[in-house]
Amino acid sequence: MTMVEKADLAEPNETELAAKIDAEQVRMERRRKIEAFLIPMTTVVSLLLIWQFGVRYFEVPMYIAPAPSDVGAALIKQFPLLLTNFWPTFYESVLGFFVGNLAAVCIAVAFVHNKTVQKAFFPIAVFINTIPILAVAPILILILGPGLSAKIVIVSLICFFPTLVNMVRGLQAVSPQALELARILSATKSEIFWKMRLPSSLPFLFSALKIAATTSVIGAIVGEWVGADVGLGALILDSSFNFRAALLYATVFMSSGLSVILFASVTIAERLIVRWHT
Amino acid sequence: MSVNETAQTQATGFSPVAASLKNASVRFGSFTAIENLSLDIEEGAFYTILGPSGCGKSTMLRLVSDLIPAASGDVRIFGKTTEEARIAREFAFVFQDSTLLPWRTALANVELPLEMGRKRGVKIPLSDKSPMELLELVGLKGRENALPHELSGGMRQRVAIARALVCKPKLLLMDEPFGALDEMTRDHLNLQLLQIWKETGVTILFVTHSIPEAVFLGQKVLMLQAHPGRLKEIVDIDLPHPRQIKLRDTAPFTRYTAHLRELLETC
Repeated sequence: MTMVEKADLAEPNETELAAKIDAEQVRMERRRKIEAFLIPMTTVVSLLLIWQFGVRYFEVPMYIAPAPSDVGAALIKQFPLLLTNFWPTFYESVLGFFVGNLAAVCIAVAFVHNKTVQKAFFPIAVFINTIPILAVAPILILILGPGLSAKIVIVSLICFFPTLVNMVRGLQAVSPQALELARILSATKSEIFWKMRLPSSLPFLFSALKIAATTSVIGAIVGEWVGADVGLGALILDSSFNFRAALLYATVFMSSGLSVILFASVTIAERLIVRWHT
Repeated sequence: MSVNETAQTQATGFSPVAASLKNASVRFGSFTAIENLSLDIEEGAFYTILGPSGCGKSTMLRLVSDLIPAASGDVRIFGKTTEEARIAREFAFVFQDSTLLPWRTALANVELPLEMGRKRGVKIPLSDKSPMELLELVGLKGRENALPHELSGGMRQRVAIARALVCKPKLLLMDEPFGALDEMTRDHLNLQLLQIWKETGVTILFVTHSIPEAVFLGQKVLMLQAHPGRLKEIVDIDLPHPRQIKLRDTAPFTRYTAHLRELLETC
């Protein structure tokens, strides 16, 4: 009897305790999230404040280093100008990103299915990768002219190599046992490709695409430096030659914003597509 | 020779033969993995295969499943060549590692064999149980939408068994399927496998490193010998079915394990 009573007594206590523990965990989780946001935000805001007051206190001339407030003002006032130069860079980055990565994926597929092709072309791919992009850019502008196509080629070149290497590794990441399973199931090469190799390469592909998302913007800006009258790269050159430092900083800000947008898009796509852990 | 004779006298019995090997040898370059192996596997029986490492246990399964060609001799499965048997989906293979595709749910992994091989002329035989019912058979009802990384090692191996059963194979080849699992899970899966064997009537060839597991599961234990791999002895395990875990603590059971351990030492 006493046992039963004890048990009866214990039960509401236990559920209460469990609820308390749950509530505590929820609170801890919320606090962790707030901290993860608040700590870096505080750092950024403090740095901006130090910059703002430092520039004002030491009376640094605006054409050398503008205060954050000046950059902010330029960002708002010159926004139409920034935006007209944003779109060309955006198109160059995105188109080059697609062309370069698509080429890398296709060539990786060819490499994995034909060792001779890999032996023949991989050294060339390595060689192309060793040429500094700043050195090839003028050549490509000479050949293709100062238009969109030269920039797309520059961006695709810069995106190409990391994706090629990662994609080859990804397509080969199928375990030997999985390949034995495919053989027992009498699978064709294309069945193995679509149902095993391609899905298993996706995590590798996305880590390469994340690199390419940011390097593609670098490629586009380099291309515009060498020969262009529009685009964020051209605006960077123009504003620095004319000592418009606030506009220069605002343009740099826009460029990094473009990188962030591309990187975030790739990350979101990865979260939607790669839902598994290996 | 005496080994070959015993194997041959078995073949004169009336029980139909699931797989038969005649003087089969497997060579990798100059290395002989299996030499002159002759053996008949009776249909519907549960065979376990024991032997020291390097004796060709896994190689034997790969020979039967057409993953490795025989250098000489002949291997037949239900009278067909191994290739014909593969195309007819007469056998299925369960690996040590579950080899589930990590992006597919448990159910989609079980369905994989139904999606492959048509272009190579496989007429996919359907089990009388649906993939869903097979998951239920291995005790994974309600987890069909889980991805492999959300399942424990034992659960993953059960999905692999359900996948192997989806084409209703007559011969199930298992290569140390429970080798990487803890003992409790292994015991549980041993019982479940015996139950599946009873329910489906499938012939099972089961490679293991564990002497107790070999005795507990098998009707016959094939003891292989290394360098080169060949058959040493077939031990009939005359213990009643259905078997329970506590059988392992009985005297007849330990007599078998003691005998096998002795054999293994002389290999």
